[in-house]
Amino acid sequence: MSRNGPLALIFHTLFVIFMVAPIVVVCLVAFTPEGFLSMPTHTLSLRWFRAIGRYPEFVNAFWMSIGLGALSSTLCLLIAVPASLALARHEFPGKAGLSAFLLSPLMIPHVVLGIAFLRFFTQAGLSGTFPALLIAHVIVIFPFALRLTLSSATGMDRALEQAAVSLGASDWTVFRRVTLPLIMPGLISGWALAFIQSFDEVTMSIFLAAPGIETLPVRMFLYIQDNIDPLVTSVSASVIAITLLALVALNRMFGLERVLTGHSDRSR
Amino acid sequence: MSAAASPPLAAARRIPWALIAPALALFLAVVIVPLAMTVLLSFHDWGQYKGIETVFILKNWQEIWSDSYFHEMFLRTLRIAGLATLITVVLGAPEAYILNRMRGTWKGLFLLIILGPLLISVVARTLGWALLFGGKNGVANIALMRLGLIDAPLPFMFTETGVVIALAHVLMPFMVLSVWAALQKLDPQIENAALALGARHVTVVRRIILPQIMPGLLSGGIIVFSLAASAFATPAIIGGRRLKVAATLAYDEFLNTLNWPLGAAVAVLLLIALVTIVVASNALIERRYAEVFR
Repeated sequence: MSRNGPLALIFHTLFVIFMVAPIVVVCLVAFTPEGFLSMPTHTLSLRWFRAIGRYPEFVNAFWMSIGLGALSSTLCLLIAVPASLALARHEFPGKAGLSAFLLSPLMIPHVVLGIAFLRFFTQAGLSGTFPALLIAHVIVIFPFALRLTLSSATGMDRALEQAAVSLGASDWTVFRRVTLPLIMPGLISGWALAFIQSFDEVTMSIFLAAPGIETLPVRMFLYIQDNIDPLVTSVSASVIAITLLALVALNRMFGLERVLTGHSDRSR
Repeated sequence: MSAAASPPLAAARRIPWALIAPALALFLAVVIVPLAMTVLLSFHDWGQYKGIETVFILKNWQEIWSDSYFHEMFLRTLRIAGLATLITVVLGAPEAYILNRMRGTWKGLFLLIILGPLLISVVARTLGWALLFGGKNGVANIALMRLGLIDAPLPFMFTETGVVIALAHVLMPFMVLSVWAALQKLDPQIENAALALGARHVTVVRRIILPQIMPGLLSGGIIVFSLAASAFATPAIIGGRRLKVAATLAYDEFLNTLNWPLGAAVAVLLLIALVTIVVASNALIERRYAEVFR
């Protein structure tokens, strides 16, 4: 394999600076000792991280996002796993259309989904409630979970299941002892990706948010709309730090580009 | 199918439907019905005092069709999305190529750095650009002036330029990922053969690499364009309250003006425009590059 020339490396360096600059700036400003937006020049201070504790709306929104993310990705997997088993190993009329339909929330702009959900849940008398937000999140993150569970269900060796059946295992035992462990990597990465999608989602959630059921990105967005001060940078820096931790873990376990392109199967 | 041997055929045929039924039911009830309700809503009437009136009229569509405010807004949305896509192509494709030529450890590290932002909240990333752009003493302007590239600070905040740059940054990982995936299918031996036959490096890139990664480049372009055209948080924060795009206008109609029918019409039009563009360009690409996909 040929090496990159000096021009390529200069381009690469500038590109990386472009990609990390906004993230680094947020993290730097978060450590400012001043009472206004500024780069910390002499000393780093944690005052704005401590200040987060005094704003319960951010703390509550954070726990709301964590709970919503965990619950919605779990519910999502409960319906995505059977669906991916059906799509991966059965032939039936309309299969291709059905799988495109289940992946369609990827193609519909989140602002349109937000509006549609707001109208729907208002008519249903559920607007501004947690169940409405939960169902909406399950729909939006479903394609991400489906792609990963589908790819691991497709890549699975069916001979192992047949062996278990021939040895007299019941359907349920086969699923629990053979199928489930085999597709587990896809399930875990699907859950993780679904969780992150739910945790980051802002455009659709903002239509369904109400006082008391605001997610963290929604709270941050509404705060920024009013004014930008060091407090929101320290909140953002905390979110970035948590995401980076999750990212490194996800990368160690599965390989990031595999998770992002929807191929959970290692052999591919 | 292992289970097919035991239960009768009719029962076996029901298995996939039983497995997929929960997902299908949820999607019919909470995707199709709400979307249909939104389309219907766009034909309803609305007044400051009477609220939403459930009649069937073309008022909202006529307003969008005839008012130049909406024409400008949709043009701006498409212009911003097009320029952001262009930037991701011009910067993202070469970067994916350079990444692909790196050695193992470095490749993994930089892939993580470049794709990682995809998982960081878009609000946090856009906040970074707001800080970089911010006012006359924004870091971006200071850096550009120190480098001698500009004499006076450029206005980035509340301008299309700023929105385009921030959107290109937010969506860049999708382009790198897409071109990267296309590069993985490339046989390095073809490149080596061309070099061995005396082709210059520029020729190799233009004649060997580019045609083969074109499908990745185009599908990345479609993803970036449709996400940029429907982006909400980034244009709302960088563009401010006056520089409206389709998504932020629909949001305003819904949550500030409370004219839901008009907001629904804007959203439905955005959806139709995007689905048309995506489906048409997908069909075009698949026909043009059928042999590459095979």
